[in-house]
Amino acid sequence: MLNQLSAFELIEGIGDKKFSSVEVAEAFVEQVEKRDADVNAFLRFDPSYVLDQAKAFDQKHSSNTAFGSLSGIPVAVKDVICVKGQVTSCASKMLEHFVSPYDATLIEKIKRADGILLGTTNMDEFAMGSSNENSAFSRTKNPWDTDRVPGGSSGGAAACVAAGMAPLSLGSDTGGSVRQPAAFCGVTGLKPTYGRISRYGLVAFASSLDQIGILAGDARDVALLLNESTGHDPKDSTSSPTDPADYMATLHGDVSGLKIGIPKEYLGEGLDPEIAESVRQARQTLEEMGVEFTEISLPMTSYGVATYYLVASCEASGNLARYDGAHYGFRTEKNVDAAENRLLEMYRQTRSEGFGAEVKRRIMLGTYALSSGYYDAYYLKALKTRRLIQDELNAAFKQVDLILGPTTPTPAFKLGEKKKDPLSMYLGDIYTVVANLAGIPAISFPSGFTQSGLPIGLQLQGPSFSEELILRTTCSFQKNTDWHTKKPAMVTGAAK
Amino acid sequence: MSDPAFELIVGLEVHVQLQTQSKLFCGCSTKFGSEPNTQTCPLCTGMPGTLPVLNREALMLSIKTGIALNCEIARFSKWDRKNYFYPDLPKGYQISQFDLPICGPGYLEISDPKGEFKTKKIRLIRAHLEEDAGKSVHDEVSGSADTKIDLNRTGTPLLEIVSEPDIRSPQEAKAYLTELKLLLGYLNVSDCNMQEGSLRVDANVNLHIESNGEKIATPIVEVKNLNSFRAVERALQYESERQFSNWKSDGFTIDDRPKQTVGWNDSEQKTIPQREKEESADYRYFPDPDLVPVVIDGTTIDTIKDTMAELPSAIRNRLESEYQILPYDSDVMVNQGREFVEYFEAVAKESSEGKVASNWMQQNVLQIMKDREMGIEAFPIASHRLANLIKKLTAGELDNSRAKDVFQVLLEKDLDPAVVMKELGIEAVDDSALESICEELLAMNPQVVEDFQAGKKQAIGSLIGQAKKKNPNANPGKVRELLIAIIEKKL
Ligand SMILES: [Zn+2]
Repeated sequence: MLNQLSAFELIEGIGDKKFSSVEVAEAFVEQVEKRDADVNAFLRFDPSYVLDQAKAFDQKHSSNTAFGSLSGIPVAVKDVICVKGQVTSCASKMLEHFVSPYDATLIEKIKRADGILLGTTNMDEFAMGSSNENSAFSRTKNPWDTDRVPGGSSGGAAACVAAGMAPLSLGSDTGGSVRQPAAFCGVTGLKPTYGRISRYGLVAFASSLDQIGILAGDARDVALLLNESTGHDPKDSTSSPTDPADYMATLHGDVSGLKIGIPKEYLGEGLDPEIAESVRQARQTLEEMGVEFTEISLPMTSYGVATYYLVASCEASGNLARYDGAHYGFRTEKNVDAAENRLLEMYRQTRSEGFGAEVKRRIMLGTYALSSGYYDAYYLKALKTRRLIQDELNAAFKQVDLILGPTTPTPAFKLGEKKKDPLSMYLGDIYTVVANLAGIPAISFPSGFTQSGLPIGLQLQGPSFSEELILRTTCSFQKNTDWHTKKPAMVTGAAK
Repeated sequence: MSDPAFELIVGLEVHVQLQTQSKLFCGCSTKFGSEPNTQTCPLCTGMPGTLPVLNREALMLSIKTGIALNCEIARFSKWDRKNYFYPDLPKGYQISQFDLPICGPGYLEISDPKGEFKTKKIRLIRAHLEEDAGKSVHDEVSGSADTKIDLNRTGTPLLEIVSEPDIRSPQEAKAYLTELKLLLGYLNVSDCNMQEGSLRVDANVNLHIESNGEKIATPIVEVKNLNSFRAVERALQYESERQFSNWKSDGFTIDDRPKQTVGWNDSEQKTIPQREKEESADYRYFPDPDLVPVVIDGTTIDTIKDTMAELPSAIRNRLESEYQILPYDSDVMVNQGREFVEYFEAVAKESSEGKVASNWMQQNVLQIMKDREMGIEAFPIASHRLANLIKKLTAGELDNSRAKDVFQVLLEKDLDPAVVMKELGIEAVDDSALESICEELLAMNPQVVEDFQAGKKQAIGSLIGQAKKKNPNANPGKVRELLIAIIEKKL
């Protein structure tokens, strides 16, 4: 079954002409057709669009024309990254029929590297949420247990990899949106350093926190797509001028002598004991490989969630102002002629009907926190706290090379379980938001299963631009464990 | 009881569109007058996922302006979002500068060559860079009351120059705006075309009234919709009178009322209260996370200073000393713009006759430019030709009226003045020929001689005209001299 191979193996196979890009595409199309009715990972999936690209690649390949390193293998795209001529809706009614007039820089790069665009994956509306339940269109299910959420906001992006429907998948991570679903779905997900991958064409949620991330079966596959994704983009002023590394070349280096810190705050109250145990086991595995561990303390961790929700909501309130029905996207059909101020009424109706509850909640929160009289107490204070969190992490990285901990306090929860309790949903982001606030890279990788059979993910965080070290460490771990190779029954076909 | 004395207090906010090729944060053209929505891209139409990238040229023009306006140039400045909803603002926010503008405090000196007010410095609070909004076009013809949006202007770089309330009269306001516009033109920063909206003015106005030994400030009024410098003058005059009579009837002071916004209605020549936009809008400014802060180093500032064009005030002083002309004359010429001054200097240098050149520029050249509605760049006579004409004039080879004849021909034909003089038959008349003409005329007009001797000196004027008829090249000054000399000799 080609859809059970890694991206790396698929590229090798296509290179050796063991199979064609069309055959690979067909395998994934078949799995989507067979399983996505249960998972709902994709919002839009057009088999002929996928196969046409694969055919075009095979033709190029057979005519011995030079081709890019993605070699005609499919990449799933989160519905928040613009693809020219395709609907990019951010899983929102507001942009349900919005067709992007341009390609995101990353999409251009993937096309240039001969990657094949597979389809758009479901997400929480405008990337706001941790369960995919905020999608305006469908509920994505966790391939390991379809009564449970896949996590979010890149829920579809993680679920499609876990369900064998895509070898590589693009997500976006503003507060853990790549790492948390990766943990819930048992896949590997990297949030690179802020600025490492151009944000041009990533629909903004919170501009200072947003970063495109990569989800795949293992660290090697993440590395191979990251290699094609980085580099300074003149269209993104915040993209890094730092030269990217060759992550594949350094993937297999030694990790002995590496110093990893485990913050004691990460193992405190609220952490599921099975996940805490998984952290201990992973530590042991890594110690056997020569990694040195030390306990560290990051007391600012407890301010992360509050800081994050202020900064993110404030920026979102501005970023989402453009969806007002005036120029593109959804506009209310309600007649506003009777209103005293027709324009204002059109805005009000459009935004009331076009946005879902969670998006409205955050716009209101952000608008409030930026209002005169509240700015200093909320937004400014959040900025100051953010600085303290950054300082604390920078200090920690003088002591240790990487920081290990759980990705999430709990494994995947049930659909509907937290829907009515946004605060407990927010608190689930406690371990992931810090990396976004500090702009540092972080990865979530599979480290075991609960007794009930749900995947557990651990997180490695490193200093800015340490993707190479993070990926090398994860890869070493994956060479010594097989958690990342486990697949749910819907992939292997085994009875549940 | 006589009215108490009062003083008009005015601060001006001037928005200037910068003359860049492309917009402030995207590559779209800033050209005026194109078909609606043809100069747009995903960024300036506010498409999802787009990101702004700063146009360095706009930054450089702002710094240049700041230096010319004696402003402190911020070494560190940043971008902020000003949030409000309006259809001509597709992003729902305007990228502007809130607390760290590119240009800090400065001043602009204004003076009046006619002496109506003393030379003074108008202090500037700041000048910051921001993006322009689009235009709403209200379609009232169709009766549907539809509004159409043209986003060509969206994102055009704007520099907002804010003065302290240092202006005390409509004349000073006009002088300030005139000098500012002139300076921006000399710097090639903006074309300052008010009709096309590349220069827009809002005025904050109130009065300080001396009453019973107390100084009372009236409520502040912001005047908008000022579409010409003349409108600014008139609106300020109007507001000054209106606010004073309001104060006399209601006695409201600055503490009694918040700032009010009015619009100047040019056809009715009065200000009309405008509906308050969203009752004291809260723009919720916050730093734009899509842009990095602007760091300007000393070298950049020095480079701009070194390559900066000479400023109008410096040119005025230089022309006065270099060409021995009066402040009034240098002012008239400098106010015509840099190209006009360059032309004058070329003529003055080539002819070595600064004073005469200055007169010719202000009388003959300016007159033609006015009649033909042309700029100096389209003026048909090359500067060296005009210089040659002036040289011949001052050398006495022709007189003023004949020089004007030559000038008229030069306007039509690209010829050397010497050639034109030959064509017109202009040549120097030698003194003996002139003397015989004078002798002859005096002989024929004994009455004139009598009158002159009786003290009616102007009587010989008629003879000068006759001399010119006999020989068009006769120099009137010389003829007069000769006539007098001959009469006096006969005595
Ligand atoms: Zn544009």
